[in-house]
Amino acid sequence: MYDFYRENILDHGMNPRNRGILDPADMDYEAHNPLCGDRLRLTLRLDEDRHIKELAWDGEGCAISQASASMLGEMIIGKSMEEVRQIDKQVIFDLIGIPLSMNRVKCALLSLKVLTVALYGLGEWEKREQADEDA
Amino acid sequence: MDSQSIQLPYDVNAIRADFPILAQMHHAGVPLVYLDNGATSQKPVMVIEALDRYYREYNANVHRGIHKLSEEASEAYEGARVKLKKFINAASKREVIFTRGTTEGVNLVAQTWGRANLKPGDVILSTQMEHHANIVSWQIVAGQTGALVRYVPILPDGTLDLEVYAAMLRDLPVKMVAVTYVSNVLGTVNPINEMARLAHQAGALILVDAAQASPHLALDVQSLDADFLAFSGHKMCGPTGSGVLYGKQALLNDMPPWMGGGDMISKVTFEGSSWNELPLKFEAGTPLIAEQIGLGYAVDYLSALGMDKVHAHEQAIIIYALDRLAELPFVTVYGPTADKKGAVAAFSVQGVHAHDVAQVLDSQGIAVRAGHHCAQPLHGLLGVSATARASFYLYNTPQEVDALIDGLYAVKKTFAV
Repeated sequence: MYDFYRENILDHGMNPRNRGILDPADMDYEAHNPLCGDRLRLTLRLDEDRHIKELAWDGEGCAISQASASMLGEMIIGKSMEEVRQIDKQVIFDLIGIPLSMNRVKCALLSLKVLTVALYGLGEWEKREQADEDA
Repeated sequence: MDSQSIQLPYDVNAIRADFPILAQMHHAGVPLVYLDNGATSQKPVMVIEALDRYYREYNANVHRGIHKLSEEASEAYEGARVKLKKFINAASKREVIFTRGTTEGVNLVAQTWGRANLKPGDVILSTQMEHHANIVSWQIVAGQTGALVRYVPILPDGTLDLEVYAAMLRDLPVKMVAVTYVSNVLGTVNPINEMARLAHQAGALILVDAAQASPHLALDVQSLDADFLAFSGHKMCGPTGSGVLYGKQALLNDMPPWMGGGDMISKVTFEGSSWNELPLKFEAGTPLIAEQIGLGYAVDYLSALGMDKVHAHEQAIIIYALDRLAELPFVTVYGPTADKKGAVAAFSVQGVHAHDVAQVLDSQGIAVRAGHHCAQPLHGLLGVSATARASFYLYNTPQEVDALIDGLYAVKKTFAV
C-alpha cells in the first residue's frame, strides 16, 4: 500500500469529527455523488454575528469523502460567512495532501459542495464549476 | 477550366495519405473514388488508431471505477467532451450531450422538451427540405401531445421561402422551429442566424440539424443562437455511434431525462429517483466510450486542418463539379447555385433510374448514393422518386470530379440515352 491512505485521511476517515444531525439547524443540505453512491448531509448553526457556531455531518462514503468533510468541518467552526466563502477546492486538496485522480476528486469535493450550497445556494457552486471550466 | 489548374487551399494528396481506405483499389485495377460523404465520411488513421489504442491499452467503464484504467478512460471521455465544446464554441461542457448521432439528438429533444412543453394545437415548424429524422421525431411527439407539424416551403431555386417562414411564425402558435443547417440533398445552406432571430422574436425555440454542417463549416452555437443543435460524428471523420446534442444549459436543466439507467441518476430508491447534473442526466447507461474519444480525435484532425480551409476546399470542388455537370445535357442537377450550397450534388440522368446510375458508376470505382436520401417528401416535390447524389469532402480532388463525369458518359452509353 503506497501513501494514498496517509495518517490524516485514515484518522479523519475512520473517525470523522462532528458526526450527527443538528435539529433545529439554520442550514441543512444533502448531496450525493451519484457515481459512487457517497451521501453527505450538513446541518449547521450560526451565531448572532453569522459565524459558524456548530455543525454536524451525516451520511456515508469512502475515507476520502469522510475525511474531507471531517477536516473541513473542523476548519470552519468559528469562521464568518465571508471567510468560509474564500475556501476553494485547492484548500481541500491541501487538506487531503495527496494527488487525486479525476473520479476521486468528486469524492474529495463533495463536502465543499454541500457546504457551499448550504450557505450560498446552488448557483454559487455552479458558478465555481463554470469558472474552473473556463480557466 | 480543367482540373489541373484549380487552386486548392492545401495539399490534398498529403491529406489523402491520412485516410488508408482511399489508397485501395475499388475493383482490380480501378481506384476508389469515394463520393458518398453525405452518408458517412472516411476516417483518418489517427482516429482509427485512437479506437485501437483504447481497446488495447485502457478499455474500462467510465465515471465509476477507482482503478487506473477507469481513470484513464474517464479522462479521455471527458477530454473529448471539452474538445467538442471548443469545436462548436459552447458556453459550457455541460451543454455537450454525447449521443449516438443526429437522429438520437433530435429524438431526445422531441421526447423530453417536446412532451413536457407541447400542448394540443401548438405548432412545430419544420421545412420541406428536412431529413426524415427532423420530420418523423416531431410527428411522433405531435401524436403524443396533440401538437401539429407544419413545413416551411422551398422556392424553385432550392432555398427556403423566408417570407412564408416569417408569416408562419406570425400567424401560427409556433413553439419549435426544427430546421436543417445544410440540406443533405439540395445542399442548401440555410440562414440559421436570421431564422433563429425570427423564431426567438416569435417566442419559439430553434433546433438545428447540423448533420451536414458540422463536417464542413466552422460551427459557433453561441453566435448562431441555436437553442439545440445536433450532429453525428461519423460524417466528420469520427466513428459511427458518436455524436453530440448541444443545448442551452437553462433549457437542458429544465428538461426531464429521456432514458433511465446508470450514470443519469443522483439518488435511486424503489419509490422514485432524482436526476444527475448535466450532461450525465442525458447519458444513461454505458456510453459509446471508444467512439466519443475517437470523435475527439476527429475534431483534433479537423481543427488542425482548419474548418475555414475545409470549406474553401469544398467550395472549389463543388464549383468545378457543377460546371462540369452542366456540360452534360442528359443530367439534371437539383438545388441552388454553388455560392448557396455545400459540397453536394443530387442529380438524375434522363431515362435512367438512380440505382442504375449508381451501379454503373460503381463499376467505374465511383461510390455515390442513390435513393431518396431519407428525404422522401422533398423528392416528391422535385417530382422524382430517387436521385443519385455525389457528396464531396476535404479529401476529394478535381480529378475525381473528372472521373464522375467520365462515369456519367459511361452511364449514357450503357443505357443508350
